[in-house]
Order: sequence, then C-alpha cells, then structure tokens
Amino acid sequence: MKRFAVIAPADLSAAARMLAEPNRSALAGGVDLLDLLKQELAAPDELVNLKALGGLDRIESESGGALRIGPLVTLHQLAASPAVRARHPALADAAAEAATPQLRNLATVGGNLAQRPRCWYFRNPAIVCLKKGGSKCYAVAGLNRYHAILGGGPSFIVNPSNLAPALVAYDATLTLHGPDGARKLAIAEFFTLPKADPRRENALIPGEIIAAIDVPAPPAGARSAYIEAREKQSFDWPLASAVAILAMNRAGEIEYARIVMGAVAPIPWRAPSAEKILHGARLDRAVADRAAQAALEGAAPLAHNAYKIPIARAMVRRAILRAGGIADETA
Amino acid sequence: MARRVTLRLGFEGELRDVVVTIPDDEPAPWQWGEKFSVVGVATPRLDGPLKATGRAPYTCDIQLPGMLYGAILRSPYPHARVRSVDLGAARRLAGVRAALERSGATIRFAGQEVAAVAAVSPEIARDALRLIKVEYAPMPFVVAMDEASRPDAPDVFESGGNVGSPHLNEIGNVAAGFETAAASVDAVYTTPVQTHVSLETHGAVASWNGDELTVWCSTQGIFGVRDDLAVHFSLPPENVRVITAYLGGGFGSKFGAGHEVIFAAELARMARAPVKLMLSRAEEHVATGNRPSSRQHVRIGAARDGALTALELEQHGSGGIGGGSGSAAPYLSLYRCPNLRTSEHNVNINAGPASPMRAPGWPQGCFALELAIDELARKLNLDRLEMRRRNNPSPVRALEFELGARAFRWEERARAPKARGPMRRGVGVASAVWHGIGASGPQAQCVAFRDGRVAVRIGTQDVGTGTRTIIAMVAAEELGLPLSSVIAEIGDTRYLFSLPSGGSMTAPSTTPAVRQAAAHLKGKLMRLAAPALGAEPEDLVISDGVVRVRAEPNRAMQFADLCRRISGDSLAADGEHVPNYGGYSMTQAGCQFAGVEVDIETGIVRVVDFVAVHDAGAIVDPLTARSQVNGGIIMGVGFALFEDRRLDPQTGLMVNPTMDDYKLPGVLDTPEIRAYFVEVANGITNTGVLGLGEAVHVAAAAAIGCAVADAIGAPVRDLPLTPDRVLAALGRV
Repeated sequence: MKRFAVIAPADLSAAARMLAEPNRSALAGGVDLLDLLKQELAAPDELVNLKALGGLDRIESESGGALRIGPLVTLHQLAASPAVRARHPALADAAAEAATPQLRNLATVGGNLAQRPRCWYFRNPAIVCLKKGGSKCYAVAGLNRYHAILGGGPSFIVNPSNLAPALVAYDATLTLHGPDGARKLAIAEFFTLPKADPRRENALIPGEIIAAIDVPAPPAGARSAYIEAREKQSFDWPLASAVAILAMNRAGEIEYARIVMGAVAPIPWRAPSAEKILHGARLDRAVADRAAQAALEGAAPLAHNAYKIPIARAMVRRAILRAGGIADETA
Repeated sequence: MARRVTLRLGFEGELRDVVVTIPDDEPAPWQWGEKFSVVGVATPRLDGPLKATGRAPYTCDIQLPGMLYGAILRSPYPHARVRSVDLGAARRLAGVRAALERSGATIRFAGQEVAAVAAVSPEIARDALRLIKVEYAPMPFVVAMDEASRPDAPDVFESGGNVGSPHLNEIGNVAAGFETAAASVDAVYTTPVQTHVSLETHGAVASWNGDELTVWCSTQGIFGVRDDLAVHFSLPPENVRVITAYLGGGFGSKFGAGHEVIFAAELARMARAPVKLMLSRAEEHVATGNRPSSRQHVRIGAARDGALTALELEQHGSGGIGGGSGSAAPYLSLYRCPNLRTSEHNVNINAGPASPMRAPGWPQGCFALELAIDELARKLNLDRLEMRRRNNPSPVRALEFELGARAFRWEERARAPKARGPMRRGVGVASAVWHGIGASGPQAQCVAFRDGRVAVRIGTQDVGTGTRTIIAMVAAEELGLPLSSVIAEIGDTRYLFSLPSGGSMTAPSTTPAVRQAAAHLKGKLMRLAAPALGAEPEDLVISDGVVRVRAEPNRAMQFADLCRRISGDSLAADGEHVPNYGGYSMTQAGCQFAGVEVDIETGIVRVVDFVAVHDAGAIVDPLTARSQVNGGIIMGVGFALFEDRRLDPQTGLMVNPTMDDYKLPGVLDTPEIRAYFVEVANGITNTGVLGLGEAVHVAAAAAIGCAVADAIGAPVRDLPLTPDRVLAALGRV
C-alpha cells in the first residue's frame, strides 16, 4: 500500500474540485477502497474524506413514499429504516443481505454503487487485464465460474452491487456533483457496459461524486421482493439475484412489472421480455416460470458458468412469486 | 525399577482387567470410573479472556526496540529461471536496512520466494520490493494434475516425468474378490487442494545478541524451529531460543523453520537489528503448504449381505512441487475387506508444495470410500448404516453407531420423505479412525513457590486447542489444588522438551509428563509436610489445597502454609512421558452423522446438523473436547462445500488467494453440532488421554457427501459440492 494523505473538503463543490485532481480517491466507508489500496489496484496520493461533509448520511422520505437517500447512508441504516421498508422492501432486503453486520455498519450506499468489480483477475495485482489497460479479459479462456452470462464482452465482470438492481427496478435517479456543478442521471444510465469502455463500470467523470439518490414511490399497490442465491450463507457475493416489482389491477391482472437481475451481467440487468409476459397476466406459478425462462433468454455463458442460468431463473421466479404473494416453498 | 499393575480397561459393557508394567516412579494410572475434582469438569480456557480482549501476545504483536519489518519478493511466474536479481535500487531506498536474494533460484511455482528486504516500516519494505529488478526466463508450466500426467506435459523438475512411481499395498486377491461380489461400484472421485488458512499467518520476529538468536515464531513446534535455525546458522541449539506464547492455528502447516523464519533471522543478522516478518494472506495461501488434491478411481464389491469382498484404489494426487498425496490409509483400515489393492501416485505440478494437514490423506480417502460404500449399499438395497455395521472391525465403533443413530434418529430420518418444494433433505454417515495416542519424549517440570503458587512448565505450544488449560488442570488434579493455584507456562525452548503439536499428539503426550512431574513434586512436598504433621509421607493426602493425614483428617495443613516451609525460593520436580504401556487399544474409533438440505433449483447445499461420536480416552476438559469436534466439523464443511485453491491455467497464478474468494464457512454455514464421547479406558499412559484434533475431522466431509447424494438421489463425486456440480448431478445444467 502506497502512503497517502487524507484531506477534508469544506463542501461538496470543494470535494469535487479536489477529486478532479489526478491521483485522488474518494473516501466514504472505505470498504472497497481499502481492498483496492491493499491489492495495489489504487494508489492515490490523497484521499478526499467525504465523511467530513455533513448531511449526506440521511434518509428522507416524502409523504407520497418517495425516498431521498444520502450517499453516506450505511447499508445498515438502509436495511433498518422503516421508511425504506414501507414502500421499498426490495431495497431494504438487498441491503440486509449484503456482506456482514460489521461491513454493513461501515459500507455506504454511494460506495456500494461505485465499488469496483470482484473479478478475481481484476483483483489480482499480478495480472494486467483488459480493465487495467491490458490486452485481454482473462476470464474468457480462464476460470469464469462467477462471471457474466449476459451482456458480457469484451470484459465479463459482473456488477457487484446488491443495491443496484433494486434501485434500477425502482427507477432511482442519481444526483452527481462534479467540479462544474450537479447533474441528474437515471440510475440505469449510470452503469455502463464494457462494450463502451471496458476499463470503467459507470458514467462518473473525474471529480464527480454521487451526491444523492432519489427513489420515487412505486405505483400504488405495488409489491416488491429481492432474493439472492449465495454459495455461502455468511459473507458471500451472490451467484445471481433478482428484484421483482408487481402491481395488479382490480381484475387481478398484472398492470406493472419490473424485473431486474444482479450478479449476472456487467450492469444490473433488466429483463423486459419477462416483464412483457407478466404484463396483463394473472399471476400463477406457470406465468412466473415463463417469465423466468424469458429473463434468461439470450444468456451466453462461458465455459464454467452455465450453471448460473438455472440459478438466475430460480431467483427471478421466486422474486415474482414472493412479490405476487404466492407462498414460497423455500422459506 | 518397574512394577506391574492391573488396569480395568475398555469401555462401558466391555471392561476387562489387563496387567501392564510401569516404572516405579510413575503415578498409578487413572482408572475407569475414577473420581476427579478438576479433570473432567467443563472449564473455560484459562487464556480465553486474554485472547478475546486482544491482550494475548501473538507473534505479530511482538514489538522490540529498533525492530525492522521484513517482506518477501515472490515470482509472478510459475516456472522460470532467475537470470539475475539486482538489489541495488532497493538497498539505496531510504529506510531499507538489509536485502538478500535466494541463491540459485529456479522458480517452480508462482509465489516462490526470490528475494527479501528489511526496512524501518512495512510500507518502505514493500516499496523496496518494487525496486528489485529481476530478470526471469519463463519456462513452460503446468498447473492441472490431469495435464501434468500426460506424456507431453512440461516437466516440473529437470529429472523429468511428473508422475511418481506408485506406492502399492496388496492383501488377498482382488480379482477373486470381485468374482464373488454380488454387486460392485466402479467410479472416480476427486478432491481439491485445500489450504490451511490459519487465522494467524506464518511469521517470526528474529533478534540477535552476539551469536545468540531469539525467535518469536508462529509455529506448531518450537524445538523443530530451534533445531532448523541451529543447523542453518551452524550454532549450538542452546544458542537459539524459540518462543511461541500464543499461536493462531497451524493445522499441520507450521512445523520447522520456513523460509520466512530463515529470512527474518538472516535479515536481522545483516541489519544488526531485530526483524519482524509476517506473511500476508495471499502469501499464506500460495506458499505455506496445503492439503494435496486427489483423483481416486475406486472399485468396490460386496456379497449380497453387504460384506465387502474386494476393494481397489488407483489414486493420483498433487502436492504441487512436493509432499505426499496418498489417500489409501482409510481403505486399509476403516472397514474389513479380505481383498485389497491400493496404488498411490504423486503428481508434480507448478504449484506450492503440500504440507501435512489435519489427518493427512484421510479426509480425501474417507470421502471417496464412504461415497462408494453408499453407492454399493444402494445397489444391494441395504440401509447404509447397516452396510457399515456389517463391515465394521471396531467394537468401540459398533457402540458409537448405536449411540449416534439414536441421537441422530437415523432410522427415522433415513426413511423420511425428502422433498419440501424445491428443497431436498438427506442424511449421511461415515466412519473415522485415528491414533491420537501420543508418544514419549515430552518432559515437564512442576515448581512450587513459597507463596503457594505452582507453575507447570513444558516446552509445548498451544496450537489453539486449549493445551495451556488442560496442562494446568492435570497438574492441579494431581497436586490436589484448585485450578486457580496453578499457572501453565509453555511455548519456550527454555522449558523442558516437548513434541511438536501435530498428529493429535499434544494432549496424550504432554499430560502424562505433566502428571508425573506433579506426582514427583507432590512426593517432595509430602516429605516436607510429614514431620510437621507427625506422619509418614505416604500417609498424607492432599485435596482442595489442604494436606491431611489419611486416617485422621483433622490433622491438616494448608498447602500455602506447607509452601512457606520450602527453603530457598522454590521446590521443583521433573517428570516425563514414559513409553506407552501398550494397554487396550492403539486406535480410536469414531463416526459422524450429517443432515443436509439441498435446493435443487440452485444446487446450493446447507449442512443442517451433525452428530459426532468419538473415542476420546479420558477427557480432561469437556469444553475443549467439544471445541475440537466443532472445529473439525466446521473445517469439514469447508472442505465439503466451499474450499478450492484455484490456479489459472493461463498464468499459473492462484486466482482466489484471499479470504473472500477462497470461501470458508461462516457462522450461518455452521450446522448444529452435537458431540458424544465414548471414554475408552485405554491403559496407554498414566492419564489415558487421547488427542482429538484429527479424529473429529476425518469423516466430516464424507458424511456431508453421503448426505447430499441421499438428498438428491445421485452422487456428486467431486469436492467441493458447489452448485454447478450439484445441478449437473441433477441433470439441470
């Protein structure tokens, strides 16, 4: 780990200006940053301590159910918040399932969204892969059991954020504060595919900080669920996760459906084909099955990760059934 | 010199009198049904609070004035010739005090050490590593065992040929045995490389004073480290002192002075300052040993009644660039079979060398053998426990099977419906054998001080099993003192010799020496007390800290008052572990039952519960005994479900040298564990204590593997039982 200094900004604009300088990194919870420093994947001279800024660690809820989440809100705050649980239970559950209690007490929402991928080739300091300016993605011909089955190429990382699929499903908007002021970006636009630039995972430009996360209230009567599959039950990243948001009309037909998967693609992966099947249907196990099938159509597994397809399918089906109030036999 | 004593040996229902010969100065062996006041009482570890509050000084906590920090440069190539190493720029970096290169280096695995530095801070040491210029000539490499076995594979060693000549065992006539079999199974089973993942990494602090070397070291064997260092530096062993006050696990990976210990001492000598060198987690994974992989081709046959008629093993295993990988031992002793043939081959690959790991070879062999027996039982339509009963050679295990089956409710659970939605339940049972009988060699000293305290000193080390606590308990029991009066002092080569803590040897080897030393001290104390109490020494007894005349308990003296009669400062006595008497049994039987739940849509396995039944000999501390069972099973869960050292075929690098990618069981992955002990009076030593560390790990992964096969109706023959393999066995991928 290279020596660094910690500097404290006076306000968001100052922080953005500081971060626009070369060799600086933002420090919030420090969870992923510490990993990156220790693995020598980041070697900043200065850390800009966002925790010096006040007011970024609050969850504000509006009467209509919309949320404004500060970037320094911890995963524990999110998981424990009655306001989040009330209308956005998939977000609360996604936070509660992440990492460990100790990490959830430290890890921030902003850091969770901007963390770097867990790919073991990317994380290995001795390997210069595509993401680090090298010439190839080692996962293609290598050990790829945890890599992307959708949206991959030329890099095959998966997005590691537990919160991202839920926030995409809930149509969150990010406020990004940069050296030249603030801009708003739909969260679905925030995450970028490796096709565009394999070295990056999001649309942040140098100096930009996630300053707020606005989550609108879901449609009236909507119910949502988050579910993930992990090899280990203690402290593990999911093999696949799914968020389902469903709203029914008076006739019991689905009139609003959102399906987003996590850990299967370089970005949170929305499944419009599954949503289309659900739309207008009356929910039963067969419909959930067909939607889950559709969600994984087009999956292109590598040599060692085809098993993630049935797992992701099971997650989508279970999330749909859970959101639709149909008994879950796995609980 | 020697006397003959009759001991009541065996276990409940099977006790018999056996005459053994013991030395005159050996205390009478503890007997079946003996009443104790300290031994056998559930006792929290004496050093538990120190450990839990961070005050126990582990090696990495040692700080010396002027101490430097060492770091090691490791090869990024799995196979290369080192053309040159230029330490110049590293040496010139401000704060660097010493640098050295490993001479004559041909690199045979990624992570092999090339050079080392010592600097005034760990950060400067790491900066210095980056300044070392190494010219490598990379060579072809192979990191997969099946590829290494092909004739055109790159040679790991110049001598050529990666597959070693077989180690054979043959009993009876296997071909004839298969001819008489009513059913047989022919299948291949594999197990991965597992690493030890001791919570405390390898490392040492080395400090020279002239030609005297003191080393604080994370080791399972302080005397082995002392001797290695004495040889390396051509010093008399007395000039080397090794201290291991507290040790964060070893599991077989911490015997002898590893390269990190040698480097620390070399750098300290060059820099004329103490050097601390602790390995990182990644270094720990790649360079400090592992449990070798195995590929086991098993053929097994049985008669209609389940009696085994033939058993054959063709085994290949890789301990990287060295270390035996054999896994035949369970095949030769777990069950009765008249016709046996085993053939074991070591295969070299470009990976870090193996080292002993918790029952070397056994968990691998046990997994394949037990799964094969289950497959055979199914073909014969026999209950799987019944199949094992019919081939079980051990009367102790026969009792354990009954106790375990009752506790686990085997009869009911083996027949219970398996499905609940996508969840499938299964149960498995597997057998264990170990021989934690200890060995002679250890010597102990007991010292009574004028203030009434007693110290027991022995050059053993607590690998994490509670050695300090049980040694104090044994001394307190023998001296008739409350445990609070006894201090156990261990982990220093200044104390009398003891063996390395491995092979489940520590408790059975140290407790007889400690007990004899305590008995000898008691003799001296009784001789001191006798005149004051007006009695003969042999008429005195001591309990609860009071010395009494046996026939007249009112004639008594407090132990503290007795100690004030010690002339000078202290009264000391030595004791030793005399050769094992050869009493009842030299092996210890065990069995474990596992219950699992498998999600057939995701292939994810959860181990729900375990029942473990083991021969523990005499149990000194029921809490540390149970703790051993918990640890052995949790490590078995890791081996069964998660752990796998994964090497990248493109670079030869380990892709998961961390504690998140190398997956270990956590709290939520730990099953409910119930431990039962059959206390076999074995008449081996004066304490009859057995070691449990390995016995409790041998069968765990096997029981889980059998339970998963039961749950999903198909065997998964490869560890770890990851979702991809479970889904493949179910035909869902």
